[in-house]
Amino acid sequence: MYKVTINGLDVEVEQGATVFEAAEKAGIYIPTLCYHPDLPTFGGCRVCMVEADGKIVTACRAPVTDGMVVKTDTEEVRKVRLTNVELILASHHKDCQSCSRNNTCKLQEVSAFVGINQDRMRQIRRSVEPVKPDDSNPFFHRDFTRCILCGICIRTCQEINGVAAIDFAFRGFHTKVSVLGDKPLKDSQCESCGECLVRCPTGALYLAEPAVAEREVESVCTYCGVGCGIKLGVRGDRVIKVEGNRDNQVNRGDLCVKGRFGFGFINHPDRLTKPLIKKDGIFVKTSWDEALDFIVDKMSDIKARHGADSLGGISSARCTNEENYLFQKLFRAMGTNNVDHCARL
Amino acid sequence: MIQKFDTIEKEALEALEKEQNNDIPQIYVGCATCGNATGAQSVVQTIKNKLKKEDFKAEIKEVGCIGMCFAEVLVDVIKPGQPRVSYHGVTPEIAEEIVESYVINDDHRPDLALGYFGEGGPEDVERIDAGDVFKNQQRVILKNCGVIDPENINEYIARGGYRGLAEALEMKQEDIIGVLKDSGLRGRGGAGFPAGRKWESCLKPQADQKYVICNADEGDPGAFMDRSVLEGDPHSVIEGMIIAGYTIGSSKGYFYVRAEYPLAIKRLRRAIAQAKEKNLLGENILGTGFNFELEIFQGAGAFVCGESTALVMSIEGNRGWPKPLPRPRTTEEGLWGKPTLLNNVKTFSVVPQILSKGAEWFRGIGTEGSPGTAVFALTGKINRSGLIEVPMGIELDKIIHEIGGGILDDRKFKAVQTGGPSGGCLPEDKLHLSVDFDTLLEAGSMMGSGGMVVIDETTCMVDVARYFLDFTFEESCGQCVPCRQGTQQMLEVLNDICEGRGREGDIEHLLELGDAIIKGSICGLGQTAPNPVLSTIQYFQDEYEAHIKDHTCPALVCKNLIVYHIDEEKCTACGRCRKACPVEAISGEKKVPHKIDQELCTKCGICFQECPERFSAVERLTGKENLAAAARGRLTDV
Repeated sequence: MYKVTINGLDVEVEQGATVFEAAEKAGIYIPTLCYHPDLPTFGGCRVCMVEADGKIVTACRAPVTDGMVVKTDTEEVRKVRLTNVELILASHHKDCQSCSRNNTCKLQEVSAFVGINQDRMRQIRRSVEPVKPDDSNPFFHRDFTRCILCGICIRTCQEINGVAAIDFAFRGFHTKVSVLGDKPLKDSQCESCGECLVRCPTGALYLAEPAVAEREVESVCTYCGVGCGIKLGVRGDRVIKVEGNRDNQVNRGDLCVKGRFGFGFINHPDRLTKPLIKKDGIFVKTSWDEALDFIVDKMSDIKARHGADSLGGISSARCTNEENYLFQKLFRAMGTNNVDHCARL
Repeated sequence: MIQKFDTIEKEALEALEKEQNNDIPQIYVGCATCGNATGAQSVVQTIKNKLKKEDFKAEIKEVGCIGMCFAEVLVDVIKPGQPRVSYHGVTPEIAEEIVESYVINDDHRPDLALGYFGEGGPEDVERIDAGDVFKNQQRVILKNCGVIDPENINEYIARGGYRGLAEALEMKQEDIIGVLKDSGLRGRGGAGFPAGRKWESCLKPQADQKYVICNADEGDPGAFMDRSVLEGDPHSVIEGMIIAGYTIGSSKGYFYVRAEYPLAIKRLRRAIAQAKEKNLLGENILGTGFNFELEIFQGAGAFVCGESTALVMSIEGNRGWPKPLPRPRTTEEGLWGKPTLLNNVKTFSVVPQILSKGAEWFRGIGTEGSPGTAVFALTGKINRSGLIEVPMGIELDKIIHEIGGGILDDRKFKAVQTGGPSGGCLPEDKLHLSVDFDTLLEAGSMMGSGGMVVIDETTCMVDVARYFLDFTFEESCGQCVPCRQGTQQMLEVLNDICEGRGREGDIEHLLELGDAIIKGSICGLGQTAPNPVLSTIQYFQDEYEAHIKDHTCPALVCKNLIVYHIDEEKCTACGRCRKACPVEAISGEKKVPHKIDQELCTKCGICFQECPERFSAVERLTGKENLAAAARGRLTDV
């Protein structure tokens, strides 16, 4: 264990820990924009600068040394941090009210901390290039004027989802997050999992249909057998958004495109809530008892007339492993090996 | 293996003797990129045709750059038993005359000659190597440039080439490093890190593979030192790299050359092939069992790829972004994660000479802290621009006024910019400073890789700062906020100041931005980007203030702050300006003094150039009052 002194407070941390982690342990806030605990560090926003043993370093990357003395609030540190945040704001969309992340925005949090003031901002030349948002993806859109180029989305796509659909493109002030060939998101490798959207510190990535839930209900995703933990955002009797449950051991908050965005079926008017039996060429609502009796009758009849191998069953990927196991057991008990699964089709 | 090299050397000399007939005149044409751009290739062709037509035998050699860019195209003629006579500004027509008069006959044409090298030349022309251009120079790195045919390895060997390698291969690796350390050689890429220490830190780590990289991603505006060395003396760099490979235990080296240097790449390719043929490169070099391969990697033009970690990323096929600290040193974990030795072209090229002539010899040149020589690309408002090599410690003044021949058109010197976009501007009272790594840094500029731009009174210092900032703004990689956003912010402020929108507090704003960018940026590009602004504020703050407070550009450069005006009393109504004006903004007729319509005027300055000097009726005015009067259309009221 290394002993580190941060702003006069002593804290012991594991060897290899960063200054940022040590500060976190000591309960000392260090502002940061490009750091994310799920991801490897980037070191590009330069907002987490602190003084460590007399040198200015980025807290997110600098490893602690034994006996290190860290100061997070010297005048020099404050100045560098403040200028950095001012520079980010200089080319950032001005209107926070219209932003989906208003009040939950990391840039707002950091700006407030470093003490942005309008007098100083008047000296700053603002230049926000008016670029149209990319609304090609049906689930979430990209607003480049709110992007701070922290690279969290890029690292997420590479490290969490392993797709690497996006990366930095162009150079210097013209740098932007782009898919291959600077095309709309829908024409890329993007799987629309939305993991980037979840981690975006600002409103650069935002839901196509922003929704603020009234309450949250914990549940399990019904799409496949993995059983990801989800939190349903509910308003009245309707599900309006889904988030991954970070406390769930199965997925630790990660979701795929279906689990995160494919919840429209829940309240969809076309959704079947009762079994249907076709009578005189028309589907008619019926009870489960009647429907199951009908199936048993038909299957017994077919088996009697044509043999058990005339029957076959196709199971759904939305069932759990256990359900799938029982399903094949059922068909084998009926005397056939004709069992298949939609995931194999 | 020295014997083996002796044989190679002997063979080379014999081959040279066979190839070259010294009983006939030798003609050297400067065919580096500078020469070619001025028309050297057509001069070569003309000379060949002329000789053929006259059925006269002479050797033509396409050599590299000797550094006298102001005099291109350069043709040198050496007749048997005569000194080398140099002709400047040669066109195909002049070339024919030279062949006719001097090569074939005996008239050395003092009217066309620039001078001669060596002793015993004709009295009516100047001796160049004793003149102002060369007497203060000491050519070590450039000793072969413009002298040998860079495409003929035998010529390099004949001038002592590859002997350093042969000697190094007999030495222990630690001893080579010892010589380098004793020599005090500091890296010529700009930062001046001690080369011996760098090599040592690359020798220490154990690894199955190590790499040697030559950084030839020269990108400073106006700098072309590395290009000239690669074009004029490629073998010296190759030899240095092989020695480096042997010393640190590497079998693979890369040249990182920018793709905009096609001639350098072509000559390197040829040189590598020739060295391989002679067993000086490749497998089992000189029978020692040491293997070393060289590969050329062409950079795609990003300035930031000259930064070592970005360069390594680039070779690996990644985006050329520098790696943020803390990170392992390139000498420990560089290319493909292996120990990598990265040096500048000039550093490698001087190593063979240090090994063959000894550390003492090298220490004898230059200053205590910065031994050796410095190569500069001397450009700007100077009479003799070109590539020069001077011993470290020489005064700036000597470079500018003696080697460079003073300021163009006898104007007044204002500042000298060294170190390219990372460096700074020094004013007249700093001209006594000695040129070395530490002195320049202390004064607010830096050695850099060797660009030296001379600025005269007709140049606006705010505009100069803006020019360099525009460069770093364009070349910033975009990774970190201070450099990406900060250079843009600084540039915007400078644009505003130059265009009359400067605000009170802008100077303080620039200083604060500069401080934050230097402290906050990831790599050397950002950490030095504000230097041109900071140094011009340090030495020329009055110019900034004049722009901001009085909307005055003292050098009469910033377009938005000047107006063109015709002095009615001086105007003789000759009509030249009226006819030349591209937008027909000038009215007037015979005997009626002319007038400029300020609304139409685009401030191109053509009228100012056209007005004959004896009248000087067109004048440039600056300042709030003049601008306001011009806007009201009543400039004559002022």
